[in-house]
Formats: sequence, structure tokens, C-alpha cells
Amino acid sequence: MTEAATALKTTPLHALHVELGARMVPFAGYDMPVQYPLGILKEHQHTREKAGLFDVSHMGQVRLTGEDPAAALETLVPGDIKGLAQGRMRYTLFLNEQGGILDDLMVTNAGDHLFLVVNAACKEQDVAHLREKLAEKAEVELLDDLALMALQGPMAAEVMARFVPEAATMKFMSYLSATFKGVPVILTRSGYTGEDGYEISCDKADAEMIARALLGESEVEAIGLGARDSLRLEAGLCLYGHDIDTTTTPVDGALEWTLPKRRRAEGGFPGYDIIHRQLTEGTSRRRVGIQPEGRQPAREHTEIQDANGTVIGEITSGGFGPTAGAPVAMGYVDIANSAVGTPLTLVVRGKPLPARVAATPFVPQRYYRG
Amino acid sequence: MTKKFTKDHEWVQVDGDVATVGVTDFAQSQLGDVVFVELPDAGRVLEKGKEAAVVESVKAASDVYAPVSGTVVEANQSLVDDPSMVNSAAETDGWFFKLQLKDASELDGLMDEAAYKAFVEESH
Repeated sequence: MTEAATALKTTPLHALHVELGARMVPFAGYDMPVQYPLGILKEHQHTREKAGLFDVSHMGQVRLTGEDPAAALETLVPGDIKGLAQGRMRYTLFLNEQGGILDDLMVTNAGDHLFLVVNAACKEQDVAHLREKLAEKAEVELLDDLALMALQGPMAAEVMARFVPEAATMKFMSYLSATFKGVPVILTRSGYTGEDGYEISCDKADAEMIARALLGESEVEAIGLGARDSLRLEAGLCLYGHDIDTTTTPVDGALEWTLPKRRRAEGGFPGYDIIHRQLTEGTSRRRVGIQPEGRQPAREHTEIQDANGTVIGEITSGGFGPTAGAPVAMGYVDIANSAVGTPLTLVVRGKPLPARVAATPFVPQRYYRG
Repeated sequence: MTKKFTKDHEWVQVDGDVATVGVTDFAQSQLGDVVFVELPDAGRVLEKGKEAAVVESVKAASDVYAPVSGTVVEANQSLVDDPSMVNSAAETDGWFFKLQLKDASELDGLMDEAAYKAFVEESH
């Protein structure tokens, strides 16, 4: 093992990944399973057909407390946090003063506090950002004694109900404090695959017991980061640092749905002036789904040209969608070429590959709506 | 018939002055599930060590290099139709292309099966 590899952090499930025969790779400073012996293609299909268990303990779990943590958080994000009912969760974005996206996150109203889940690669800077900006208004605690797993797929609910019966009736984007084989867990009905499922937050010490219990169910397979990426791409979900970053606003990123009416009218979040203007006047470029013709995938950073050969953008995520049975991608194009169906040319290894702007998701989302 | 191997994890099997080229079983296990291959057209002249084909798995794209110089006489069309054959039959039916050898002495610089096996174990 190289020095760089030994310096990597590990999750509480590291030994289990190795025992299961995972291929481990460095990801956001952690030694993480990219795939298990099943392989990315079958892991992807298994998650779409049955249920997959993902270790996402590298992600940041943060507790926000204070007199009015929702009002405090609203000064940093454009989402409606004050209107979030207890036990409900929402996707939102940390923005900078230019309206650029610092990170994307999930916010849950857990009653006496807000519970945030942020990206692994951003968690240190997110916590520093929260502490700096909310110094007088909220206490920020990085919960690094917790593990996080995701159980995703059409059979996730049936499996989870064997351990946590009340999980079956949880609504999509809701939160439940529960007991799993005698240990406390926080469940949310959410995920990053386009399928029904849960994220499970628990004490680090209980993670392996819970993982083994879930993997012991016949429907469940361990799924690595490789399939996590192809699943989220087919579902049309953004990967921070690739599809959205500090150079893209929520309007560029086609994430207007994260900007509710009240916040659009009232403002009070970073970059409001720019975003408000973009909502009225439009932007010069936009994130779109892209469907290459044929079977050759177009990867991240692939150049996109219009019908005249003018460069109009680039792919930000691209690969093969096992469920779509075809290559799938997303990227930014100039606004004139952003309508669904617009023909594009992708330059793959110096050769033109025909493609079209496509609607996302590439496969239907199957969230539980109760 | 002799079978030789490269450090780029290609195999080449020689029958007379025609060499059949593919990627090794070790290479396919590292690539993961292959979803696309691009093969050279018949008639194309390949130079030893230069890009000859492309293989794409779910996760990444990789180049396949010409292990020896020569002229392509046939590409494996069934591999284009079913790229998963790279995974299921890397060193048999999953061959990539056949070359008319330009200089048979180029084969001398390649590894035999035992040397390749040792190379894989040593480097991975």
C-alpha cells in the first residue's frame, strides 16, 4: 500500500467492505468501495430490481441548534426552511455571494434541531462556513460519531419493515427516529438513486450490525460507489463538483425548483440579486440531459458543439446507463441549444458523436408517495 | 501457435503471419463491465505501441494498443454487437482484431505466459 493510501480515512464499515471482496478506491479522502465482486452493472440492476445497501458514512452529518436555526440557515440557502414541518426534509443549496453553489445538502426538521447531510468532500468547509456565518445565531456540530447507510430499491420498504415496522408508512422526504434491533437509528425516506428507499443514520458502533442484518436479507446486495454514480445519473440527479459548483447558479443548473415563491420574493440569501435577475431575464447557459446516439458513452469534459460546429458547452457527467440500456449524460449548453430534442455533436476522441438534448430523468423515478 | 503478452495487458496469438489480438483476462477484470468497443477497420495499418482500439466499461474508457505492427485483416464484429464478451471470453471469443504481421521479430520483445503471470503478480 502506498503512503497516500494509508493516509486515507475509513468508515466504520471498512472491514466489512474488504471482507465482502470490494475493490477499494480513494474518494473524498476516504478508502471507499467502488464495486463488489458482483460488478457495477449487476449492482446497478440489482438496486433497480430489488434492494441495494450503500455505505455513505463519508458524508457529513451536521446538527444545527439555536433559538431559530431555520431562520439562521435561510440566510445561507435559498430553500424554504422555516416552512419545513417537523419530521420533513428538503434538498437545498449553500450559495456564495455570486449565486454560485458551494454545496448541495439535505435539511431535516428534527424538532429541537435541524439535521443536515452534506457532501463528503465539502463537509469541513461547510461546517466552517456555517460556524462563521451563523456565529451568533446557531450552534453547529459535525456528528462524526455517526455512520450513514442507504437502502435503496423497490424492495427497500419491505426489507426495512422487517426491522422497523413503522418505516413502511413513512412518506417520501420524511424523517423517523426509531429502533433497529434494539439500537437507535434515524431513518429518512430519501436517497440518490431515483428509487424508493431510506438513509439510515446510526452510531458508528452499531453500523456493522445493521449492515450485516440488512445484507442478511435475500433481496439485499452491497452496492459500491460505481453503481451509485450510474444510478444517480440515470435519475438525473446532480453530483456536486461536477454538474454544479461555485461557477453555476441554481438557474444555470436547472434547479429553479429549489427556489420557492417566498424566497424568490423576499430574498435574504447569498447571491439573491443575481439569481433574481436570472429568473427574470434568463441565463446564458443551462444544465440539460444529453442522450448520445449509439452505444458509445461520452464522459465528463467531452466538448459539445452545435449543428454548425461551434463549441457550446461540455459534458459534466456521462457514462453508460445500465437500465436505460444506452449511454446517458448531462452537461451545460448555451441557452439557444437547451430545448429538449435539439441535435448536438459531442467530440469523443476527436470524432463527432451525434446526440440530442434529452429530458431527465432517463429512467422513471419511483419514490414512495404514500 | 505462440501466445505472447504485453505490459499493457494485451495478448497476441500468432498463426503463421497473422496475429490475433485481445485484452487479457486480468485486463477485463480491472476494466469491469464492458459496454462498448471500437475496433480498427480492415486495411488500417497499425504501429506497435500505438492506439488500435477503444474499450469502455460502465465506469471508464481505455485504449487498446497494437502489441505489434501490421495491417488489420479482420475486426471481431460479434464483439461490437456484444461487448460483454470482453468480460466473459477475454482470451478466446472476445478477441479484438487480426493483424497481418509486418515484422515477426517484434514478437520477441513480448512476454510469454509465465512471464506475464509474474508481471501481473508483481505489479498488482
